[in-house]
Amino acid sequence: MAESPDAGEILRAPLTIGYDFQRTTGPVIGAFFTALAERRMLGIRDTGGRVVCPPVEYDPESGEPLTDMVEVGTEGTVRSWSWVSRVREGQPLATPHALALIQLDGADTSMLHVIDAADPSEVSTGARVRVRWAPESVDGFGNLVCFELAEGKG
Amino acid sequence: MGSGPTFAQDADRSVSAMPEGLWGQPEVNVPDGGGTEQVRRVTVPATMVYDYTPGAAPTRFLRGLQEGRILGERAEGGTDVYVPSRGMDPVLGRATTESVEVGPKATITTFCVVHIGFGENAPPPPFVSALILPDGAAVSLYGTVLGIDHTEVRIGMRVRPVWKDPAERTTSFENITHWEPIDEPDVSAEELKGHM
Repeated sequence: MAESPDAGEILRAPLTIGYDFQRTTGPVIGAFFTALAERRMLGIRDTGGRVVCPPVEYDPESGEPLTDMVEVGTEGTVRSWSWVSRVREGQPLATPHALALIQLDGADTSMLHVIDAADPSEVSTGARVRVRWAPESVDGFGNLVCFELAEGKG
Repeated sequence: MGSGPTFAQDADRSVSAMPEGLWGQPEVNVPDGGGTEQVRRVTVPATMVYDYTPGAAPTRFLRGLQEGRILGERAEGGTDVYVPSRGMDPVLGRATTESVEVGPKATITTFCVVHIGFGENAPPPPFVSALILPDGAAVSLYGTVLGIDHTEVRIGMRVRPVWKDPAERTTSFENITHWEPIDEPDVSAEELKGHM
């Protein structure tokens, strides 16, 4: 039986497939992003009176649309965390950091974000953190660069 | 519901899906801020980086392109020439064993007019993206047809590839920058049957 023609060395190359999706935000996330550009944090009050941050569009229990946005603090308390020692491409920080659930002052829920710390020994549940803002206003969530450790204990 | 959809004021919105706006979400009460213009849309890039290997048969095809040749392949006992070959004849179910140069002259088997360009290398719209059957091949290649107004492109039209300069060629399908019409009579739909 005849052989297939010789291909020589089989080719190999990097292939990048990407697209800049344009997403409309809707009123709730739009207001949240607008506030970030103003260096403020907003949550939203659910039908049970709790403040949810980051804000959600519908009540987690009843599914009712929510409309009452409230300003919360730019400092908060670490509720849970883990250490990212090997940083993958596309993460908010290029250096090892903590990935944490952070409850901002005035909010009743926690948000997932990163804490810029030199070593895991610096981070603890209950530690106080504050927002580090982007030096210049950017698109959407990018205004919130990360959290950094603050003094005190929550 | 609140005082209505926020999208009515969004002059920047070029696509409106529904009369009431995309959502029935009510307007929200926001504590006073710095009066920054309301964010209505954001850009969210999504990218995947692959380590791509085309395999043996497409490697032969891509090495041919580097030499300015369009190489197809045929299985033993078969008549159809597949381009680019995946290393087998999908009808006979046998490995391809013979390399066959096809084209460069070719025929448009079907096409569409592109009004929204996509990617950095897309020509200015409107332009024609086509399936192009190289002479001697059983299947068509994708290609862009330039050098003719899009309203004049038709099925059966004869074209030829326009290549990059030899010095700029790599093992890439982009060596063929586009296809352009040639002065030959159209091929009838009857002759194109089975090659769409």
